[in-house]
Amino acid sequence: MLSKVDGFIYPNEIELNWSVLIVLYPYITGLVAGAFILASLERVFKVKVLRPTYTIALLTALGFLLVATMPLISHLAQPQRFYEIMITPHFTSAMAIFGFIYLWYLMVVLLLEIWLDYRRDLVLWSQEKTGVMKHVYKILTLGVTDLSPKALKWDDKLGYAITVIGIPSAFLLHGYVGFIFGSVKANPWWSTVLMPVIFIFSAMVSGIALVMVVFMVVNYIRKKMIDMACLDTIAKYLLIALILDFALEGLDQVHRIYEAEESFQILDLLVKGKLTYTLFLFQWGLGMLVPILVLAYFQMFKSKERLRRILYLITGVLVLVGIFFMRWNVVVGGQLFSKSFYGFTAFKLQLIGPEGSLMAVVWLIVPLLIVAFLFWLLPPWKRHAEPET
Amino acid sequence: MPPQVKRLALLFAIFIGLFLVARYFLVPKSFGEHGHYRGLSLVENQDQEPKYAGQKVCNDCHDDLMAVKAANDHKTISCETCHGPGLIHANNPDSLPLKPAGREFCAKCHSLNAARKAENIVQVNPEEHNTGQNCTECHNPHDPWEKMR
Amino acid sequence: MGKDEVKSRRRFLSNAAMLAGGIFVSVSNNSIGALLYATERKDTKGPWYGMGIDLEQCIGCGHCANTCKSENGVSREPFYFRTWVEQYTILNDGSVKITSPNGGIDGFSQQVPDEDIFKSFFVPKMCNHCEKSPCVQVCPVGATYDSPEGVVLVDDSYCIGCRYCVQACPYGCRYIDPVKKVADKCTLCYHRIMKGQLPACVEVCPKGAKIFGDLNDPGSDLVRFKKEHAWQVLKPHMNTDSKVYYNGLRAEVR
Repeated sequence: MLSKVDGFIYPNEIELNWSVLIVLYPYITGLVAGAFILASLERVFKVKVLRPTYTIALLTALGFLLVATMPLISHLAQPQRFYEIMITPHFTSAMAIFGFIYLWYLMVVLLLEIWLDYRRDLVLWSQEKTGVMKHVYKILTLGVTDLSPKALKWDDKLGYAITVIGIPSAFLLHGYVGFIFGSVKANPWWSTVLMPVIFIFSAMVSGIALVMVVFMVVNYIRKKMIDMACLDTIAKYLLIALILDFALEGLDQVHRIYEAEESFQILDLLVKGKLTYTLFLFQWGLGMLVPILVLAYFQMFKSKERLRRILYLITGVLVLVGIFFMRWNVVVGGQLFSKSFYGFTAFKLQLIGPEGSLMAVVWLIVPLLIVAFLFWLLPPWKRHAEPET
Repeated sequence: MPPQVKRLALLFAIFIGLFLVARYFLVPKSFGEHGHYRGLSLVENQDQEPKYAGQKVCNDCHDDLMAVKAANDHKTISCETCHGPGLIHANNPDSLPLKPAGREFCAKCHSLNAARKAENIVQVNPEEHNTGQNCTECHNPHDPWEKMR
Repeated sequence: MGKDEVKSRRRFLSNAAMLAGGIFVSVSNNSIGALLYATERKDTKGPWYGMGIDLEQCIGCGHCANTCKSENGVSREPFYFRTWVEQYTILNDGSVKITSPNGGIDGFSQQVPDEDIFKSFFVPKMCNHCEKSPCVQVCPVGATYDSPEGVVLVDDSYCIGCRYCVQACPYGCRYIDPVKKVADKCTLCYHRIMKGQLPACVEVCPKGAKIFGDLNDPGSDLVRFKKEHAWQVLKPHMNTDSKVYYNGLRAEVR
């Protein structure tokens, strides 16, 4: 193992403590927060053209949120003690609020919003279906079967209020993760005021891209004509978020280069050495600059729909990969150099094992399976027509 | 109050209630006694059995040897530095402590190294100084210059 | 709006205001304290332990590192040390080479010919038992803490192994024990010092380069050490209030 050391590291730094599973957690919560913000654009900011993606965004967010804890728990050296974070949270630690933020967001924001949006359909489905599904839907109604206009109006009002609360909650859900890194003064690659802000904006980028890709895939599978006005608007918001994210990350780096503090030499070597491909090529090049150029082109010049659809799909995937590498560069990059600033260690990502890349792939596929299940259980395209008024 | 709010308030009250009950049983009893940690942990951390006895204990039986050591250049070195953990031997003299053998052990302190100050420690180059011989052939560990006076 | 509605609205508002006010008061009392990290020297009556390290005396024999592993049952793998020794070699061209082969347990040799060496010295390292410890600050469950005597300890049966404390320590003195699978680090030999013994590393140092003592006792060896030497701590800009005081610390040491 000592062969992977370059220069000098503190002896205890030889092995990376936070590996790909800890890269996954901010990635997944970022997708959740970003997808929710896109949904809230329609609900709160009245961007009506995004209506076709509203429930898709919410269900996608839910699918990923249900899986979000798993990489964390499976990464713990003592996973069976995970509950301690809920019963004796140490409030000086940003990590301690994880349990409460997660439960708040899952139960009060996402589940409630979906339930309030779907309640009428759940009641009607519980009346229409037979057999097991009848009972399943009945349970999901939580026994609130009142479909009077007054009750439906309350569904709408409460749902609106929850979306409004949900926006800062989404920022908190992902912002605290950024703070976990940004507040570690011992690590100059992490310790920056901008970290929570960068995390939030890259979350929005990844969440919007995810909804865009899911929207396109779902329409393709269902063999439906995609709503181009909606898709073009998603692409526009993706472009705006990308530009803001790029500006923030650029500011962070420019500031670091300009001030050139004590840690600058080692970080310079880090960026130009071990992080060359993951940072310049995957995160900034393919993950940001290419999508920005493509999306900006489509905003400025006319083009054929088919071309736009194909390139939107490719761009969405590039962005999703790029934001994964952003998390990678932060988490893994911050552990590759020694806190003595005198050397580097190396990260050998294993294929199998509890912290291996296969495990990471599992935690990325399971949420997609959950989303598919949610689309089957609560199909956004089989909603009942609005009631006669 | 609208039916949704009533039902949801009830469900949340039940959930929070269950959480508080679970918390009551799960939080360790001594938690919070001195700070945000299990008070019993202080006792557990003290309960570890020492393995090194400390020089004073050796003096109870080996005062003669220690007097020799105290009068010569190795006086600042504790017995257990060379002989290893001695508490077991102190309680049961038949179980002998280590006796360092070979040149490598003495070289740990005395091998020539630019980081060691000559006035601080006597140094030799192990590759040149009486190679093949054991250090103890010429140097009594408790009185290193005994044979050279 | 009927009278009942007005009344219930007023009641709701006053309840909410009382709740909010209560929360505000309790949060503002604790939140400042909560945002501040660990401890200050609250109890000046009891002992408050620290360590002095005299770099003018250290000969890099590695006995401290070896003894610590024996005393505390730390795995003998080539890494994971509660205490270790580093050899700094500053060359004539100003470059710095540092090594710590097996933490110094197997001894040292110079990699560079003597004529190229400008200055060389040894630096023993260990947990600094900070008064404002960042590792205690970031532990999410309260598994690492500052004892009433100022010793930063780990609760082996409570640690969940999240590794946040390992990330937060600026000195690299924490690790996850490969056998116990919880966070581990130097305990200042808490089990020895509470029985009146010296920490094992202090006991065996042949040059007396490690000085253990009670900072609250004006007559202790450590307080005398701090008075007689122009001591420094590692990474003072981190403001951790480290309680390991070095004599002869040079700027190249990190």
